[in-house]
Amino acid sequence: MHEPGREGDVWNIEVGLLLEAIYQRYGYDFRDYARASVERRMGQLLQDSRCANLSEVTARLLREPEFFHNLVPYFSVSVTSLFRDPFFYQAIREKVVPLLRTWPYFKVWHAGCATGEEVYSVGILLKEEGLLDRATVYATDISQPALDTGKSGIYPLEIIRKGSVNYNESGGRGSLSDHYHARYGAAAMDAELSSRFTFARHNLAMDTSFGEMQMIVCRNVLIYFNEELQNAVLELFLESLDHGGFLCLGDKETIAFSSVAEHFTVVDEKARIYKKRVPR
Amino acid sequence: MTHASFPFTALNPPRAVLLGGSAGASQPLREILSGLGPAFPAPVVVVQHIHEKAGGMLAANLDESLALPALEVLDKMPARPGHVYVAPPDYHLLVERRGTFALSVEEPVRWSRPSIDVFFQRAAQVWGRELVAILLSGANEDGAQGLAAVEQVGGTVIVQAPHSAQFPQMPMAALELGVGAAALTPEHIGTLLAGLQEGREHV
Ligand SMILES: C[S@@+](CC[C@H](N)C(=O)[O-])C[C@H]1O[C@@H](n2cnc3c(N)ncnc32)[C@H](O)[C@@H]1O
Repeated sequence: MHEPGREGDVWNIEVGLLLEAIYQRYGYDFRDYARASVERRMGQLLQDSRCANLSEVTARLLREPEFFHNLVPYFSVSVTSLFRDPFFYQAIREKVVPLLRTWPYFKVWHAGCATGEEVYSVGILLKEEGLLDRATVYATDISQPALDTGKSGIYPLEIIRKGSVNYNESGGRGSLSDHYHARYGAAAMDAELSSRFTFARHNLAMDTSFGEMQMIVCRNVLIYFNEELQNAVLELFLESLDHGGFLCLGDKETIAFSSVAEHFTVVDEKARIYKKRVPR
Repeated sequence: MTHASFPFTALNPPRAVLLGGSAGASQPLREILSGLGPAFPAPVVVVQHIHEKAGGMLAANLDESLALPALEVLDKMPARPGHVYVAPPDYHLLVERRGTFALSVEEPVRWSRPSIDVFFQRAAQVWGRELVAILLSGANEDGAQGLAAVEQVGGTVIVQAPHSAQFPQMPMAALELGVGAAALTPEHIGTLLAGLQEGREHV
């Protein structure tokens, strides 16, 4: 228990009240997000809002839906990149693709796909391996603006330039430029890719499973959740995966200490790729 | 600040020791930590700008050359005394109130991810005055704001003496910002920290 009334606690209390207010008023549940990162973004929000303190922000958002909707992006860190962590894509190519080949048809779910770069990266890899035709790809996030970008498949050339370096390092079979068309200073990703993709809103903290997947990619999303929510989401993934299906997490996320660890075998610990055990 | 005014003792150790650095920081880092052992009474947290591809290497090198275990931070890892924790490249490092680490891929701050400012500011918020924060060699100005935040909550702030730093810009930036940090050589800093474990070797 903490001692009540310590001055430093006011901020902490205000953050808790704000999250509770959002949940009760609008149904968005951020209460089990990792506090360190939420507090950092609440600090930025407070600065930008021109409110005197966080309690004032709470008072306003309770009464002004529009004010609240402008705050939602503060809860979503949608930073991403093409072929982030090249060794991850290399491991997919070497250790996952051979097994995906054994399925005549398979489904991939990118949970927390942000603006879609990761979805296109895996899509490009599957295309190069001749597997895109067999794949149905679901890409979900809570952020609608991020999903809209993903759906458009249009990215600034700066993103493409950095992506090319990573693509080459990841063991790409050709050139990244095989997969987009540059126009008006931006790049439009190959429409054959997006024809396999469905971008949709899904909230990992509240929504249920939507079907059996052969591969779930959820990278750098769990770091924003506390242990309880992480476990709940991992249980959701376990439930949503076919036996022998793959779970791919971010570079610094591991299932080792979670409640689902025993249901998976490790395919590649560095790349955080796990495989759901087949029951005996 | 002189040696005598170091507010921490073996009986009254800090909650954590923070080290920030960039170019030229590896050498002083090793020198400072070389005198510490597993009985060191606080977690040591290192935020150094390193290339993405060198991920894991700094921790592995420190682990090999130091008497206390060093590891790269994973999400939710608890900060325990007697261990050195290294921020992974390409993530911001944060800490939760109950003492577990948190990571974020938010945009770089002052071109840095991890950002020393971001971690020091958060540590100041969580650990307050019971902190020792040290800024080492570096060719940029990350860390100055963070050190100021630690000073503001009453923590102990130290910079590597600019004349002893391969790249003095980082410690200089903190001093120029007006942070009242003691400017000490790595050797001196190492001695101060080693003093915190005296008589604890057998605890
Ligand atoms: C840092 S991005 C990760 C993007 C990509 N997976 C990658 O690794 O590059 C985190 C994403 O998680 C999303 N997110 C946060 N909370 C979520 C939730 N409850 N349900 C679904 N997505 C969520 C954010 O909107 C954001 O786009």
